[in-house]
Amino acid sequence: MSAVTLDGPPAVTARRPRLLRTPRWFVILWRNKKARFGMVLLALFLLMAAFAPWLAPYDPRDGGFAPGLPPSAEHWFGTTGRGFDVASQAIWGARTSLLVGLVAGTISTLIALAIGMTAGYLGGFADEVLSFFTNLVLVVPTLPLMVTLAAYMPGGGGVWMVIVVIGITGWAGGARNKRAQILTLRNREYIQGARQAGDGIFRIIFREIAPNMTSLIVVGFIGAVGGAIGAEAGLAFIGIGDPETISWGTMLYWASQDGALLTGGFARLVVPGLLLALLTTALTFINFGVDALSNPHLREQ
Amino acid sequence: MTYFARRIGFFVLTLWGAVTLNFLIPRMSAGDPAQAILEQVAAKDGYVDPAQLEAVRAMLGVPDASLWSQYVDYLGNIASGNFGVSYTYFPYSVTDVIGDALPWTIVLLGTTLVLSFVIGTLLGAWVAWRRNTGFDAVVTVGSSFLGTLPFFWLALLLIYVFAITLGWLPSSGGYSGAVEPGPSPEFFVDAWQHFLLPAAAIMITGPIGWMLGMRNNMVASLGEDFTRFGRAKGLPARVLAVSYGARVAILPNITGFALALGGLVGGTALVEQVFNYPGMGRLLLEAVGNKDFPLMQTIFLFSTVGVLVANLAADMLYGLLDPRARRKETA
Repeated sequence: MSAVTLDGPPAVTARRPRLLRTPRWFVILWRNKKARFGMVLLALFLLMAAFAPWLAPYDPRDGGFAPGLPPSAEHWFGTTGRGFDVASQAIWGARTSLLVGLVAGTISTLIALAIGMTAGYLGGFADEVLSFFTNLVLVVPTLPLMVTLAAYMPGGGGVWMVIVVIGITGWAGGARNKRAQILTLRNREYIQGARQAGDGIFRIIFREIAPNMTSLIVVGFIGAVGGAIGAEAGLAFIGIGDPETISWGTMLYWASQDGALLTGGFARLVVPGLLLALLTTALTFINFGVDALSNPHLREQ
Repeated sequence: MTYFARRIGFFVLTLWGAVTLNFLIPRMSAGDPAQAILEQVAAKDGYVDPAQLEAVRAMLGVPDASLWSQYVDYLGNIASGNFGVSYTYFPYSVTDVIGDALPWTIVLLGTTLVLSFVIGTLLGAWVAWRRNTGFDAVVTVGSSFLGTLPFFWLALLLIYVFAITLGWLPSSGGYSGAVEPGPSPEFFVDAWQHFLLPAAAIMITGPIGWMLGMRNNMVASLGEDFTRFGRAKGLPARVLAVSYGARVAILPNITGFALALGGLVGGTALVEQVFNYPGMGRLLLEAVGNKDFPLMQTIFLFSTVGVLVANLAADMLYGLLDPRARRKETA
């Protein structure tokens, strides 16, 4: 049996109780200026979604206002062509974007993990088949695939149909990355040591390999959330899913449907698009910091 | 040679995979797929047109036959170029309808794709050469933000500013109704004016992925020992930047070229929708809206095959440019 290097547990020094201490990953993220900016921005969006009923001046589904009003003190960004308050819809829209982003992002990350790690760890024929399938999904143009799938989905389709379609189409890139990463890890000495010690495949994958892939998985997850948010907006904009859902994508859908461009509803156009871009930017910037977690060269002091 | 054989093998396999995926998608729903489709059509229109019934039947094959014989029929139809009849454009065949739309998308997507790649790669190399300067920081952070802007949203803004407010360019269509399509100068000028805004919407964010990729690759290659050695030999900066830094860094970007295409096809579809541009993307969304399943499926198949062919071309180019790729696969 080859020598297994056994490092003792890290020396425990007397510090504050574990729960009260700021976690190390957070300290590293916070030190990175870009990540700090991203986290503050994301926190604002989370607060906006959580407190939407209190923040929004009106009910986003109350269509009782005069249609097409310009921005004013009562209606910060005016009203829509159907008499809804634009500001209230924009605030409530954060809920849809975050819901779709988090759930669809989780689904595609889980699929990516299952397929990528199995392929990378097992190797051989299983790897050939799974990698082929991954590469196939990777090269199929995503939007036509999503649109075609959505057209066949039963039940007309609301937010959950959109979540499923985005979740099951967006995993291939992540699966490929995870497979590549696991290939470099599986032949390390500590993995061989665990195997020789008789650990089962699941224990090796989840206890030995997964912790070393944490930052890669997190980067992949955050990227998937951002991608899902963009995909939701794109699908909603072309009218896939329920156009009565309140989201930034449907706001743009209605803005282009009822000619907001021609009637000067500039705010209706700018507000949802900017919010979308800011939320995606927040996620991108957090990822700069997560990269730094795994790669000390990228850390900012 | 093994490298090229493997790439071609992968192309053939993925082609088969895409064709099969296209066969399976409509059959994933439980029960008779034709029935499911017709129910959706009935829910939309309130009745089912006999022409549509026929189009659906033609697409799905004999309903009571086994899945396997349906599959064989389907492959035979594709091999003979028979994709059925479009319901929306009845009695035109799906192939006719797509034939009209395809050139528009190829010109729009092809031009913007190549320009995005060239501009992005050049800009990325330039930024990498001036790495860790204020210029680098501004360009990297700025384009990271710009890259998050959705294609279709930029398209809407461009229409608002240049078509409606300033009135410089047309806001919709591929050519004016007054101009007869054909190889006349009037038509080219007119089509060019209609082309500018959709192309601009794609070009604003198009180069960013390649730019950031090129920057990161080249920052790495400029830090390699061979570059340091070249510098020690006293090579001029231009040679170091082009032959040492950029030459190595451009290789992963070529692989990225093919992978980005799948996403760009979707972005172009949305841009076409915004501008009512007469290409494949708009046709696809129209087919979805009208529940024109034969048309929808064929466009899906065509766009996938197009991306696959582009992938194969990029793989071949990569093999020609990088001897390491050929050697690794042979070993």
